[in-house]
Amino acid sequence: MNIKTFSIGGIHPDENKLTHEVATKVAALPKQAIFPLSQHIGAPAKPVVQKGDRVKVGTLIAEAGGFVSAPIFSSVSGSVLKIDTAIDATGYRKPVIIISVEGDEWEETIDRSDKLETVESHPELTPEEIVTRIKDAGVVGMGGACFPTFIKLTPPPTAKAECVIINAVECEPYITADYRLMMEKADEILVGLELLMMAAKVTTGYIGIETNKPAAIELLMKKVEEKFNSQSSVFNVSVVPLKQRYPQGGEKQLVDAVIQRQVPAPPAIPVNVGAIVQNVGTAYAVYEAVMKHKPLFERYTTVTGKNLQNPGNFLVRMGTPMKDLIDACGGMPEGDNKLLAGGPMMGKALTSVEVPICKGTNSVTIISGDEARRKEPQPCIRCAKCVWVCPMGLEPYLLAKLSEVKNWERAEREDIVNCIECGSCQFTCPAHRPLLDNIRQGKSTVMGIIRSRTAK
Amino acid sequence: MNFILIAVIVLGAIGLIAAVVLFAASKKFAVYEDPRIAQVSELLPGANCGGCGFAGCGGMADALVKGADAGSIEGLNCPVGGADVMGKVADLLGMAIANGEPKVAVVRCNGTCEYRQKIAEYAGLRTCAAMNACGAGETACGFGCLGCGDCVEACQFDAIRINPETGIPEVDEEKCTSCGACTKACPRNIIELRKKGPKSRRVYVSCVNKDKGAVSMKACKVSCIGCGKCEKECPFGAITVESNLSYIDPDKCRLCRKCERACPTHAIIAVNFPAIVAVNSSKKEETV
Repeated sequence: MNIKTFSIGGIHPDENKLTHEVATKVAALPKQAIFPLSQHIGAPAKPVVQKGDRVKVGTLIAEAGGFVSAPIFSSVSGSVLKIDTAIDATGYRKPVIIISVEGDEWEETIDRSDKLETVESHPELTPEEIVTRIKDAGVVGMGGACFPTFIKLTPPPTAKAECVIINAVECEPYITADYRLMMEKADEILVGLELLMMAAKVTTGYIGIETNKPAAIELLMKKVEEKFNSQSSVFNVSVVPLKQRYPQGGEKQLVDAVIQRQVPAPPAIPVNVGAIVQNVGTAYAVYEAVMKHKPLFERYTTVTGKNLQNPGNFLVRMGTPMKDLIDACGGMPEGDNKLLAGGPMMGKALTSVEVPICKGTNSVTIISGDEARRKEPQPCIRCAKCVWVCPMGLEPYLLAKLSEVKNWERAEREDIVNCIECGSCQFTCPAHRPLLDNIRQGKSTVMGIIRSRTAK
Repeated sequence: MNFILIAVIVLGAIGLIAAVVLFAASKKFAVYEDPRIAQVSELLPGANCGGCGFAGCGGMADALVKGADAGSIEGLNCPVGGADVMGKVADLLGMAIANGEPKVAVVRCNGTCEYRQKIAEYAGLRTCAAMNACGAGETACGFGCLGCGDCVEACQFDAIRINPETGIPEVDEEKCTSCGACTKACPRNIIELRKKGPKSRRVYVSCVNKDKGAVSMKACKVSCIGCGKCEKECPFGAITVESNLSYIDPDKCRLCRKCERACPTHAIIAVNFPAIVAVNSSKKEETV
């Protein structure tokens, strides 16, 4: 087996995939569901319900607020309690719709059967029809970035898509939601991939999986063989096993690893080198949206942590507060804890357990305070370990210093905006220097400067 | 004799030609510079500190003259020279004194450690900008002071420092030149340049929390809850409550302090007023 990976940098943190073999449970319905209006990149959604309105599971509660935006659907049935503010994953209070839950009544249009729908039995599906259904169902990238999926499928006229790459890497430690999804819904994912390839008008597809998930590789290889490798299939799909290396799940790294093409500096995106990258969770959401008329209101989420009693994977309705899931796993461990929306590398630290699960919440990770606390930073010894591991070929020690002394012109020349904020530099730094903290500050400042310059 | 004559003629001729060329060049390539720029530069302190927002005093002088031509030098202020220098400059340019009203930086947050409990521990980079990007910070208030001192670092005049007991910056009114560097450095726009007021007396809302009353009250006991009592109490219509936050217009405020007494959370602060005197105590005990 030829095992590929991306060409420069990368680290291999302890995997800690505690919940690999824990089958997915359906999470209990919350008493109140909270729907932040910005769950995606782009303009916040606009509420279309008012206080007191009755909603069912799958009812549209907020419409897209612009071109780069996505509608939001209720994941519960009940009545709208209020349109208020609540703390979301940014750590700030943001506008939300709160629905108090009564019963579990679904919209009639949603097909709730388990029957596997295939593309062959739906001749009405043209590429345009698929994109429209994806757009109307509010599907966004499920890996965490939450970029509206339909935009990725309609590339700018200057770029031509050649293949769809399914991101099933899951290189973050702890998280196993994508793995469980692959093990439990492999057929649906492949139909989702087929739909994505039809929508993007390509015939080549890849599924990139790291080798720490041998069962998923084996299962998907078998299913792909059955589904796509007959003489009649127009599609050419292959499962690509990838060497374990963080941040392989980053779009640019994955494109490099799978088809050996390098995405140029921003504003270039993967489709400029012919690749459309979609998360495996997105492929499943696309299947449900197109074939089952089910808008995006549920997702697979891992709730994990070494000190949790029963960490597990959940099929959870969006809007469920994290507290409910943590309680289902045995409650918050004693003492100080660090609560993260996402994994330990890219996750966002939160100060409240009331934050709801959103479209992009692939994991709730709890790390004990002792493990999470940082060590005292020491002077930089110029060992260049950070340069060695940077997957974007940058010089993190230099960028961090330039940000510290506010030398924005030089920082821009050193390509600070290319940083993908993966944190490999800070992870590897033997002097425990806050490299990414500084670089992130510098990056946002430099991007602001560039924006104001182009605005003129 | 001949040699001397030749030398004089040759040198004289070269001199003449050079003079003509130089004269022509000075006419042809002349750059007009407003003489007032030099005059204004003379008046400015010449410290080239950049406190005004320009690279140096030359840039400031240039901007002042341009502003005068455009009809207003408002917003231009030399923090080092202060009202004195700006008055002279305004006289020279024939403008009304731009900043007749001296201003001072005011920190609009009252959330000391005592009133605003910590709910989390922040372990990242200790700058306000970094902490602000991570979320609400160590307390539950998403609007209040983060206490890492970005404003202290921005101040060139050593006029602002964090009080270690309260964790909140304090402005030294004597040293503050109202250059506005701290207002730009604060990622939460807590610091405001306000009129210094007569005898440095000011009344202002020391809170910028826009959450609803119950939410902000939970985060901080001295926050503005937007109840509107001050708005009703004010006889001069100086107070407006917008998005659950009260604001006192310094131009309308007459320093009567009715709002201060009306505020249920003590979010309105009056500074530099004489200590309240007990009315029926003997005159000996009066302190002013």
